[in-house]
Amino acid sequence: MATVTFDKATRIYPGTDKPAVDALDLAIEDGEFLVLVGPSGCGKSTSLRMLAGLEEVDGGAIRIGDRDVTHMPPKDRDIAMVFQNYALYPHMSVADNMGFALKIAGTPKDEIRRRVADAAKLLDLSEYLDRKPKALSGGQRQRVAMGRAIVREPQVFLMDEPLSNLDAKLRVSTRTQIASLQRRLGITTVYVTHDQVEAMTMGDRVAVLNAGLLQQVDSPLGLYDKPANVFVAGFIGSPAMNIATFDIKDGRAVLGDADVAIPASISSKVAAEGSNTVVLGFRPEALLPASAEEQGGIPVLVDVVEELGSDAYVYGRPAGPAAEEQADRLRSDQVIARVEPRNAPQKGDKINFAIRPGSEHFFSVKTGERLEP
Amino acid sequence: MELRILAAPREQQALLDLPWDMPLEQWPEWYLVALPRGISRHVVRFTRLGRNVYALKEIVKPFADREYQMLRDLARLDVPAVQAVGVVSGREAPDGSTLDSVLVTRHLQFSLPYRALFARMMRRDTVDRLIDALVVLIARLHLTGFYWGDCSLSNTLFRRDAGAFAAYLVDAETGELHNALSDGQRAHDLDTARTNIAGEMMDLLAAGQLDESVDPIAVSDQVVERYEALWIELTEWEAFDVNERWRIARRVDRLNELGFDVDELDIVTDIGGRTIRVQPKVVDPGHHSRRLLRLTGIDAQENQARRLLNDLDTYAAVTEQQGEDEEIVANAWVLDSYEPVLRAIPRDLRGKLEGPEIFHEVLEHRWYLSENLGHDVGLEEAARDYVDTVLRHKPDELAILGGTSAEADTTQPFRITWNDLQ
Repeated sequence: MATVTFDKATRIYPGTDKPAVDALDLAIEDGEFLVLVGPSGCGKSTSLRMLAGLEEVDGGAIRIGDRDVTHMPPKDRDIAMVFQNYALYPHMSVADNMGFALKIAGTPKDEIRRRVADAAKLLDLSEYLDRKPKALSGGQRQRVAMGRAIVREPQVFLMDEPLSNLDAKLRVSTRTQIASLQRRLGITTVYVTHDQVEAMTMGDRVAVLNAGLLQQVDSPLGLYDKPANVFVAGFIGSPAMNIATFDIKDGRAVLGDADVAIPASISSKVAAEGSNTVVLGFRPEALLPASAEEQGGIPVLVDVVEELGSDAYVYGRPAGPAAEEQADRLRSDQVIARVEPRNAPQKGDKINFAIRPGSEHFFSVKTGERLEP
Repeated sequence: MELRILAAPREQQALLDLPWDMPLEQWPEWYLVALPRGISRHVVRFTRLGRNVYALKEIVKPFADREYQMLRDLARLDVPAVQAVGVVSGREAPDGSTLDSVLVTRHLQFSLPYRALFARMMRRDTVDRLIDALVVLIARLHLTGFYWGDCSLSNTLFRRDAGAFAAYLVDAETGELHNALSDGQRAHDLDTARTNIAGEMMDLLAAGQLDESVDPIAVSDQVVERYEALWIELTEWEAFDVNERWRIARRVDRLNELGFDVDELDIVTDIGGRTIRVQPKVVDPGHHSRRLLRLTGIDAQENQARRLLNDLDTYAAVTEQQGEDEEIVANAWVLDSYEPVLRAIPRDLRGKLEGPEIFHEVLEHRWYLSENLGHDVGLEEAARDYVDTVLRHKPDELAILGGTSAEADTTQPFRITWNDLQ
């Protein structure tokens, strides 16, 4: 087992100016499950393939433990691309199915026997080693395939969207299984997905990439609670965060009829940048129906109500005379609010929401970076 | 959702009649043809519509669309691969539940899965020829920038090629098309191929279908060695003294011999002009089959074409037409030699082997026959004897053969999917 370090690692495809992966700095801890996530073309798969040795590295370095693997052939890196190509062979025993790749590599017989026995123990397969795959259940067969990767005793497991060929329902149940297996094995794992929910549910930490640049790396909760910039704020979370550009007037953030109190420190930080606008974000669950005596609030006209039993979500648009301007400055086409189920408003209702104090997110209009109050 | 069939109009018509509202696994037998299946992670079935056999693979829509596009791209690049016919999406069962899309490919006529080739005990030299064919396929794919990701005997189909084999890619699901491949991508692809092939050979050995003299590990080592040698011949710079300029022609000859045309050659002379360096820039496989097609209109595999062209040369010499225009001689050869042989094959035996392969075997047969009898038997007599003593006893290989639709997991390697983890 080992750490993995991307040290200003860069990949520029021939014939392009912009790096596909731009000076990636990322330190992955021993035994960690790290997820690389981002929209299509963000550089997540390229980063994984640089680590695997499939993509050339044009700048910087990649290390596994203390070994510089930047220009090493894939098979010398002690990595395993898991779950992509594993077949089971019907006429071979479980033990042979697990160990035959070691035979090719010239590993001595008793060493193979030891490693297969160890892996079988880890995977609860010890009593099946002499059987043929046909005699196993589906789950046991899957673990035999895992065993093929484990007996190589790789330093790092790499997984590139392993669940993408499953339908949505199976993906949900299977991702939990993979995550728990990884925790049991304790092998450093780098996992690529485009699905932020998958990333959040599986990773010890999640690295968000966009346009070849690392945006933020943190625990799932860290990303959710303190997104480092507007991109991460909008990418992480489902339903997505509401984000809009507000004017600052008299210590309040104002956008048409929407009017929200903000900390004095934010006002002064914005003023210090020479600006009078700020990007304000608030998650659907940070919205509460405002009481009548409260000043300001965010008026919303309800379009759709989604009742999920445990939750209900209102999908609406800005209400009031300046609604059009508000809609223009909103990052998405709608305002989403979590409301009390069984007591949800109706389509066409107008509701005035307040943001739960302390759950606002502020970002610089100029840099997109998070502003801490 | 509405059922959508993306395919060429002619095939669309035929595809419409299939029971798309049923999961492939539950299709009644009468729709299906029993062919040995590959190693897919997914449900795969074969069906016959009109004169063609089609392979159907159930798979989520983005993957079906992607593989369809990939196979179309490979066809455009002239890579030997199965032909994509279409994607059927928007499938719905009568109870309203949605079903995965189906990728439809046309079964390659006269192709043989390796398991069918091993159904009779496989000899060492047959294994060597299979490996050679696969190595040429991998190198061709790599030259076009295709990373296979899951190269194996199971994901390949073989066609007979004048005593050797030509290999075709079957499964492009894990493939990626790049402008050019990095050394790492090639190395990884080869490593996967090597592991898969060794596994497949070990499995055959365990099943008693492989001659004991074949060592799976040695065979898998051979894959790597032969690939490396071929790759060097196809792509490496070669440097020599300016007086050895004949080595340029030698390099081109060697590539022709391997079945590749050299369309562009990069030649650099060092400062001082004492050393010349050459590197093939654009090499195009199918040297002999292209020439045969141009001269005669006969579409054949590379080795078959080489064989037929040799016979054409012999014909020109024997009939004293060496000075004649090549195309005129070729036309005469087709009328005098090739067509009479194929016409001598009874209609009901034509599904046994492809035309060029039959011609090759008749040539072989003529040679043995003549040697035994001590005088040259004519092509006509050789063909007649071949039909009665050889061809009649061969299995039909038009659409092979002998697979069972039941219990695939007891006879051939199989994939497990993640949902098995439940």
